[in-house]
Amino acid sequence: MVIYGVALLSFAYLAGQILGDLLGKLIGVKANVGGVGISIFLLLLLIEYFTKKGKLNIPSQEGLKFWGAMYIPIVVAMAAQQNVMAAVKGGPLALLAGVITVIIMFLLIPLLDKVGKKEDRHDLEEELIEPNLELKAK
Amino acid sequence: MLEVVFNSLMNNGLITAFAVIGITMYISHFISSRFTKGRVHGSAIAILIGLVLAYFGGLNTGGEKGLADITMFSGIGLMGGGMLRDFAIVATVFGARFEELKKVGLIGLISLLVGTVVPFIVGVTVALAFGYNDPVSLTTIGAGAITYIVGPVTGAAIGANSTVMALSIAAGVIKSITVMLTTPYMAKFVGLTNPRTAVIFGGAMGTASGVAGGLAATNPKLVPYGAMGATFHTGIGCLLCPSVLFLVTKFIFG
Repeated sequence: MVIYGVALLSFAYLAGQILGDLLGKLIGVKANVGGVGISIFLLLLLIEYFTKKGKLNIPSQEGLKFWGAMYIPIVVAMAAQQNVMAAVKGGPLALLAGVITVIIMFLLIPLLDKVGKKEDRHDLEEELIEPNLELKAK
Repeated sequence: MLEVVFNSLMNNGLITAFAVIGITMYISHFISSRFTKGRVHGSAIAILIGLVLAYFGGLNTGGEKGLADITMFSGIGLMGGGMLRDFAIVATVFGARFEELKKVGLIGLISLLVGTVVPFIVGVTVALAFGYNDPVSLTTIGAGAITYIVGPVTGAAIGANSTVMALSIAAGVIKSITVMLTTPYMAKFVGLTNPRTAVIFGGAMGTASGVAGGLAATNPKLVPYGAMGATFHTGIGCLLCPSVLFLVTKFIFG
């Protein structure tokens, strides 16, 4: 059933949020630390586990795929509620601080990329989110 | 009559948001294929339209949540809020490779530290150039250059005044918007085409909404990797800015 996929996603999401909040409390900051990252790891493990057992059938996968496909529209809604007025009102100081930071970070990315092994990178072809072929359930 | 329509839209906020965003996406993809022959990604145009709408929303209401402050469009706030955004980001992991994510480790950590310290230094330098010289204001503006959440959290912790807080939030929002709009064009240039670089990008750029928006219009397959880096960013920033980075700033400029 579709809800099984959605529920699996919800479980991973909630577990990540709770652990991220706990981690934030533990190191004493007023923020969720790594919640989304923990959720992502957890969901990958869960998907792998249930796929191996043949329990993640096509309708359940649809529940996951739907929310993955809603990602871009949700990001557009996110853009529509940014505090753009504050950005405009911030004037040249805010503009320079924001833009220079982004330029410098983009310049640093290729340098950071060179740190460590280089052979473990391979390009992903550009296309919309689609399930891994191995994940097709029985 | 008109009032009934507005009330219905208002009472069904989230559904109204789905309809509004659906229309926005349609228009964006139409513009993309008709006027740019697909060279400018439809999602990038949609995000730009979203930001323009947010500007007019803020202009009309004086609020902080763009279009979502207009009652009729309040559902945009729910649809594009942190909860559904993070939920959808986690969902994009369906189809990602586990082996790729396992390699995140050290390089992710290095990117995070660079992505915290370098923006901070840039923010402090720009603030100095504009005549600020007290360590509290410098630290707060520097923190804003990390993300627009780290800025006010740091400012509140070390007692910055509201003008400086507003500036630090503005710097963070501009950073986020710049990342959203420029990533699709910078991607090929900086090698942002693979999971490893996406992790570095997420850790170094940090701003969750910027990374989410930027990768949406670049290659949605990279989203989980970018999110993996970005998710620790605000936490690390909130940890380092009011403590270590503030003490260093105080030592130098105090």
